[in-house]
Amino acid sequence: MVCEMESDQTEYMEMEVEVLSSMWPEDMNENGKQFNIDWPGEDQDMLEEVNINEDSTIVDFKRLVELTNYSEKGSSQLAYLVKNWEYKQENAVRLLREELDNLSKQQQESELKKLEILEKYQFEEERYGGDKRPISILDEELKRYIFQEAPRKRNDVKIQDKLEIDAEYDSIKYWKQRATHLEKLLETSAQREQILTEKLQESIENLERQSSPVEELSQILKRADNFLHFVLQNAPVVIGHQDNELRYRFIYNHFPSLREEDIIGKTDVEIFTGAGVKESQDFKREVLERGIPAKREITFDTGLFGSKTFLIYVEPVFSKAGETLGVNYMGMEITDQVRKREKMAKLREEIAVQKAKETELNKTIHITEETMRAKQMLATMSHEIRSPLSGVVSMTEILSTTKLDKEQRQLVNVMLSSGDLVLQLINDILDLSKVESGVMKLEATKFRPREVVKHVLQTAAASLQKILTLEGHIAEDVPIEVVGDVLRIRQILTNLISNAIKFTHEGKVGIKLYVVPGPCPDVKQGSHKRMASDHSKVLAKICKEDKCTSPSHNALDRKGSGGCKDADGANERFMQNGEGNYSEQNGASIEDEVDDPNQQETTVWIRCDVYDTGIGIPVGADTARKYGGTGLGLAICKQLAELMGGHMTVSSKEHHGSTFTFILPYKVSPVCDSSDDNEELSEMDNHDTSSEGNDDDINSGFFQFQPRTLGSLFSSHSSGRATKLSPNGFGYNTLNKTNGFQVNSHSFPLDSNTSKETGSVEDACSVADAVDTCSDPESSFKHTRNSGNPSTSGREQNINGVLDHTPCFSSPNSETTNSDQGEITEKIEKSQIPEQPDRSSECSSSKDEQISKTSLKPKILLVEDNKILVMVTRSMMKQLGHDIDIVNNGVEALRAVQRHRYDLILMIINGARGDNALSSPVFAADDDVCMPVMDGLQTTRLIRSYEESGNWDAAKDAGIDEEVSPSNSLQRSDESSTKRIPIIAMTANAISESAEECYANGMDSFVSKPVTLQKLKESLQQYLP
Amino acid sequence: MHKYSKIMEQIQRKLAEYTASLYNEKILDEQFIQLQQLQDESNPDFVVEVVSLFFEDSERLLNELAKTLNQTNVDFKKLDAHVHQLKGSSSSIGAQGVQRVCISFRNYCDDRNIEGCLKCLQQIKIEYTLVKNKLETLFKLEKQFVDAGGSFPVV
Repeated sequence: MVCEMESDQTEYMEMEVEVLSSMWPEDMNENGKQFNIDWPGEDQDMLEEVNINEDSTIVDFKRLVELTNYSEKGSSQLAYLVKNWEYKQENAVRLLREELDNLSKQQQESELKKLEILEKYQFEEERYGGDKRPISILDEELKRYIFQEAPRKRNDVKIQDKLEIDAEYDSIKYWKQRATHLEKLLETSAQREQILTEKLQESIENLERQSSPVEELSQILKRADNFLHFVLQNAPVVIGHQDNELRYRFIYNHFPSLREEDIIGKTDVEIFTGAGVKESQDFKREVLERGIPAKREITFDTGLFGSKTFLIYVEPVFSKAGETLGVNYMGMEITDQVRKREKMAKLREEIAVQKAKETELNKTIHITEETMRAKQMLATMSHEIRSPLSGVVSMTEILSTTKLDKEQRQLVNVMLSSGDLVLQLINDILDLSKVESGVMKLEATKFRPREVVKHVLQTAAASLQKILTLEGHIAEDVPIEVVGDVLRIRQILTNLISNAIKFTHEGKVGIKLYVVPGPCPDVKQGSHKRMASDHSKVLAKICKEDKCTSPSHNALDRKGSGGCKDADGANERFMQNGEGNYSEQNGASIEDEVDDPNQQETTVWIRCDVYDTGIGIPVGADTARKYGGTGLGLAICKQLAELMGGHMTVSSKEHHGSTFTFILPYKVSPVCDSSDDNEELSEMDNHDTSSEGNDDDINSGFFQFQPRTLGSLFSSHSSGRATKLSPNGFGYNTLNKTNGFQVNSHSFPLDSNTSKETGSVEDACSVADAVDTCSDPESSFKHTRNSGNPSTSGREQNINGVLDHTPCFSSPNSETTNSDQGEITEKIEKSQIPEQPDRSSECSSSKDEQISKTSLKPKILLVEDNKILVMVTRSMMKQLGHDIDIVNNGVEALRAVQRHRYDLILMIINGARGDNALSSPVFAADDDVCMPVMDGLQTTRLIRSYEESGNWDAAKDAGIDEEVSPSNSLQRSDESSTKRIPIIAMTANAISESAEECYANGMDSFVSKPVTLQKLKESLQQYLP
Repeated sequence: MHKYSKIMEQIQRKLAEYTASLYNEKILDEQFIQLQQLQDESNPDFVVEVVSLFFEDSERLLNELAKTLNQTNVDFKKLDAHVHQLKGSSSSIGAQGVQRVCISFRNYCDDRNIEGCLKCLQQIKIEYTLVKNKLETLFKLEKQFVDAGGSFPVV
């Protein structure tokens, strides 16, 4: 019962809360009517002025009644209240009823008990005469029981037990006493019953009399109101109700700035002026008309409370009939929020912009990266292409040294020139990408500008196919020696010259060198009259890098390479039968080294004009197609010039010629010591050894290479001019060989540019060491010459027009040349197939001696440090039917060669590139130690040296002792001390340099990695029977 | 029996597709085919053996590379030698992804560009892991195929 009551109470509480919360909105619109206005920052003052009621909400009760009566909301609220009241009453009734039920239940129980007792008494009565009025007692008991709580009941029972009767049991007195006692009990019981009944009655009456619904309702309203006030105390909220004319009927504002009477009964527009007021009124009207609640954010700017933003909620109020009675209105000040929001929006916008920028940047970076990658890719590709290509070219060159019929030779020549063209192109691409990526490093070396110019012109003249005069003109103020990157400068010159030649069909092409005060491209030093007249009207100043108009010129056809006449004595010239006679004039101007020693290390700007009388830079774009070329060459020149701190320009007049000009700064070394120009020496190849008259060249200011067919015609003229203009100058004649020399010269492939010669034939190892970069035929030739005619060292350079830096001079006299030529050819013919005759004789001899040996498989040694490569190669060799011995490095290889006789060696070449290839060590397979072990090239050299000399002294010098194994060494010395073991290089970087190195170091062939079955098979077939 | 051959067909197709994808995605190049051609009855596990050796060697080299690069004074010559080794082995099994990065790695070695080297090392690791996973999957598939009764060459 108690428990039940409690739960009822909870229910009641809950109900109350429910009622309150549901009443909330109704309260808001039906209470109070003071219009409170919040004045920003001046709240305090306003509050002082305004009389604030304790209850700031004022209710227009008449309106409220109206609303309650007529508006649906009001009536529903009323209904709710009534319902609530009814519920409460019901609850009370229910409670009472339950109590009543309980009572009657207990009564029943008591009656049962009474019956029991009666039975007992009856029994006693029967026994003792009985008692007539026991019932009331029990009744009384029952009542007491009912109205007492459980513990008291127990007490009662105890009392009952304690009931003592003095009289003797079963006597009449006893029974009488007992009867009176019981009667008394009955009486009190009856009294109590009556009291209770009365109480019950009273309670019921009370219940009926309890407060009317209106009272209750107003109480609740009051509570709600209080609550509202509590909640809304500090809220920046305005609540109001306006009738259908939008006059305020109720207003709640905690921070009022206007008095109630100023507001109630007026409209917004009547109260305020300023921005937003009209809007808010219109909005309310709209809601009123449409009958649908709505929210809007309105920014006010009124005289009364300044600039504030309110979020306004307006809902229409309808009568029961559905007419609009007015609107409920609630506004909340959200100025801060709006400001924040706007700030946020701005920030977001900024972030978005930032992000967009970032994306853009990333895109750009990505594109740049892609471009870089593409360029890198191109470079890598070119690299990869260059190696096999240089292989092809080298092989072709070797092929061209063999006995060929006319047609074959023509074909081979085409092959060579095409191959060279591609090679040059690839070199250009590599150069360009090197320059662009900033990888290209400049080297500062001392060099002599005059010689560079001379050699460039010589080289060009050597491969000249046209009737053109090539001339070089170096002003006297140009220092004898300057410091700069001679390779690059030469590259520029060569490029420009060959470009000029390409686009010039008659007239001349020349180089003019003179000192200018500073980096001013437009200053023309008109010191050279001849030049000025030749190149008089240079009108167009055209963009220097116009690809379509300046196609490059890389293909210098080697077909026309004839001998060049090197006439060190410029003034004396012998032209007989189209052949130039060599004449030497000593000491023409040795004393001409004037300026240099005086100069400290200063910078001079030297201007270089490369001029021609060619077609100029045409306007049309057809030329590119007609002449071919990519324009890469000029692009490289320009980039190189800029890289070296200078710049390049071009001026051109169509059909009259072009002048390419580059101005570069050079350091001038304080001392001119002709002995320390090692770079120069290497650069110039063996130029210095060429003639005693070399020193003259240093100071010569003018060179001329006459067209060979018109040589005689020009010779006197040019020599005269040379004499006139440059008293200490030299003239060079380009002579046409009318005899067999021209044909023979094909056997000496010329390369006007940087690609280098490689040949496979070598039979003079000692020479190879001395002249690493020279091709084998050349070196063999030199060898012959050096040994044969040491005295005529001056001739040496005359024939070998091979490397770009090797000038091509004509031979001193035709007979010598011819005889030399014949000798060379012979030599080459002999040496180009060195193995075959040897091998066959070897084989036959070994057949005779040891028949078993031929049936043996060839013994092959693999020198390789990479385990995986070893595994793969071994497996491949196995498939090809060969078992191989394997060693990991050069030292082991040498030991193996010392111990056994091998028919073939596959030799690893470590992958270090370019110039490092010779110097960088192969690391032992166990890299932790990182011990440099002899590399493949060195190993090969040592093996070759052994083959040459028959002893291992060279290896001993390198620190490798011969393991003495008498039988083997005996066998070896018997059999094959002279026999050459074919050594095939296995190169990872199949780049041209490594191919060259392979040959230069005595290898016979090379296989590029990754090794494939096919490649291996082909290589083996070459060397194994 | 019919069902069996169908399974075989499936495995075989899967294997072929997977192999093709390795070439298409430029993970392997034709050098790997070379390797496969070297495998015959006398040498039935050749490819797996070589490739395992490659894994072993590569991991060692990768460690070496990381170690070398972590030193204060980077020994570029040593670095280059290691990369060269890796390039050699990757090219001979046809792991062209690894090989490609090795090429640019060596360029960075030439330039003594530590940043670039570190980047390349990272790339090599990625490429190596890729090719390793792919090859291991391939071997698994091949094993499935062989276990199911198939026989090479299927290439």
